[in-house]
Amino acid sequence: MEQRLANTLIMTVNEKKFIENALVSDIRVDGRRPFDYRNLTIRFGSEDGSSEVQLGKTQVLAFVTGQLVQPYRDRPNEGSFAIYTEFSPMADPSFEPGRPGDSAIELGRIVDRGLRESRAVDTESLCVIAGKVVWSIRIDLHIIDNGGNLVDAANIAALAALSTFRRPECTVGGEDGQELTIHPPDVREPLPLILHHFPVAVTFGFIGKENIVKAGGDGVLQSVIMQCLRIASVKAGDITSKIKNAVESYNTQRSLRKIKRHNPSSAVSNVAKHHTVREPNSQSVDTNALRASQPSCATPVDKLNEESTQVNPETKSTQQSSDMNSSASTHEVTDIGSPEKQSNTLKDAVKPKHKRRKKSTSNVNAN
Amino acid sequence: MEYVSPEGLRLDGRRPMEMRQLRAELGAVSRADGSAVFEMGNTKVIAAVYGPREVQNRSQQMNDKALIRCEYTMANFSTGDRLRRPKGDRRSTEISLVIRQTMEACIMTHLMPRSQIDIFVQVLQADGGTRSACINAATLALADAGIPMCDLVTSCSAGYLNSTPLLDLNYVEDSAGGPDVTVGILPKLDKVTLLQMDAKLPMDIFENVMQLATEGCKAVANYIREVLLENTKQLENRRGV
Repeated sequence: MEQRLANTLIMTVNEKKFIENALVSDIRVDGRRPFDYRNLTIRFGSEDGSSEVQLGKTQVLAFVTGQLVQPYRDRPNEGSFAIYTEFSPMADPSFEPGRPGDSAIELGRIVDRGLRESRAVDTESLCVIAGKVVWSIRIDLHIIDNGGNLVDAANIAALAALSTFRRPECTVGGEDGQELTIHPPDVREPLPLILHHFPVAVTFGFIGKENIVKAGGDGVLQSVIMQCLRIASVKAGDITSKIKNAVESYNTQRSLRKIKRHNPSSAVSNVAKHHTVREPNSQSVDTNALRASQPSCATPVDKLNEESTQVNPETKSTQQSSDMNSSASTHEVTDIGSPEKQSNTLKDAVKPKHKRRKKSTSNVNAN
Repeated sequence: MEYVSPEGLRLDGRRPMEMRQLRAELGAVSRADGSAVFEMGNTKVIAAVYGPREVQNRSQQMNDKALIRCEYTMANFSTGDRLRRPKGDRRSTEISLVIRQTMEACIMTHLMPRSQIDIFVQVLQADGGTRSACINAATLALADAGIPMCDLVTSCSAGYLNSTPLLDLNYVEDSAGGPDVTVGILPKLDKVTLLQMDAKLPMDIFENVMQLATEGCKAVANYIREVLLENTKQLENRRGV
């Protein structure tokens, strides 16, 4: 409860008057209208279950990890999740290192209440062996920069991280059904969490006559509360669609990465065969571009597209035929200069491997 | 499980819009500047107020208003199974924060600069609605201590089970997993200072439940006013007025 009041922001009378006068004409200090959100960017880290959210100047990181533990005695077939908040001292001069203070705990509890009581995270699916072993999910929220409205940003970060988190698949086997095997991620695809819905937090502030108060300080009328609820539901819809889009693009990238990782050898061999069709002067450049494409997927497509534009019309026709064949099958690195790569959907990515090899060899034979 | 019988009676025999029995007593802790015991049915809470007094931690002193501190604890014996609760656990810290913010709304802190007001609330028996009982007890204790307030703060909870809005949930109804709305209002000004909810509710039903909880708060406010008037009359008698 002890807070360093000495380091908190003390507003001058001029600043307060400026804010109030601006609000009279429905403008806020940064030029927004009363119900406008700042720019929201959601980025994901290299690991599953890590997200970084930027809401204007506010930056929040969220990490989701899972552990197998014993369940609570009164809920033997449900997993659990816990939220830990850390207000890093670099975020604001008034944050102290060490134990979380009041506002850190309040933020953690608000995010927790949104996910737990509304049953957004499906805890029953986290059960592995009822009564003995369940998954315990831990969500860590780190505030990197306090630019205001931490609750909303932290909530979005938590939701984004939960949507991209993958837990390793475990199977129960053995004679008595008690033996647990956890499959590492490269053997079996890890599973996502089941989220029933997205609880989105929308914070409103009320600026009173004398002091800047947050909701809960001075008192509000009931009608105002209902109005805020209606506005919040509209805003929540916007934010949910933003989160879903970001998660979709992350998932697409992730599966692209996975496909590449699975077939490095076949890619190189097929590329070599394709090279015989192309012009000799472009050959070396192609292999380089392809080697660069092994770990990541975004850049090489552009490079390969550039190469394809230099190719002669005759080789272009063969490429086009190969494109048409391959567009019906999975994404592959071997589709050199296939601009349709982006238009392939995730469904293509999931087709079995043997089909792919047949198609590529048939391409080479045609050439 | 059926929380509202077909005849319209709840598990403890109340009607859906009926509150539990209220009982309040002032001056329970003799050493404190103000204290009160507040009972809502089986939920029993004791609150003690110390202040205004000198700020103990000089770095927190505020030159233009009083510092409000609040501590919420649950006694080990307050719930069904006797649990040893850690003192600073998250739920207690959150509820302490909530009570402090709610009381800060009504205490006239600018009249007592460079001073500190401590509110200690302890739950003796927990049967649902402890948050509301604590806020009501704190209001009474502050009034007993003679601390200037712009209005009383009263609080009440309401829920929605078996498609019926229910007022003042007890522990069994609360742990049913249905929504639980806690509202704290300033009754004379008719303004909401605390609004917390667990679980989900569609918006139009939420409006009804919030309205019901506000009505409950007003009923608690009437009762608190009666208790305070009675107490003042007794003080007058003792002074021989």
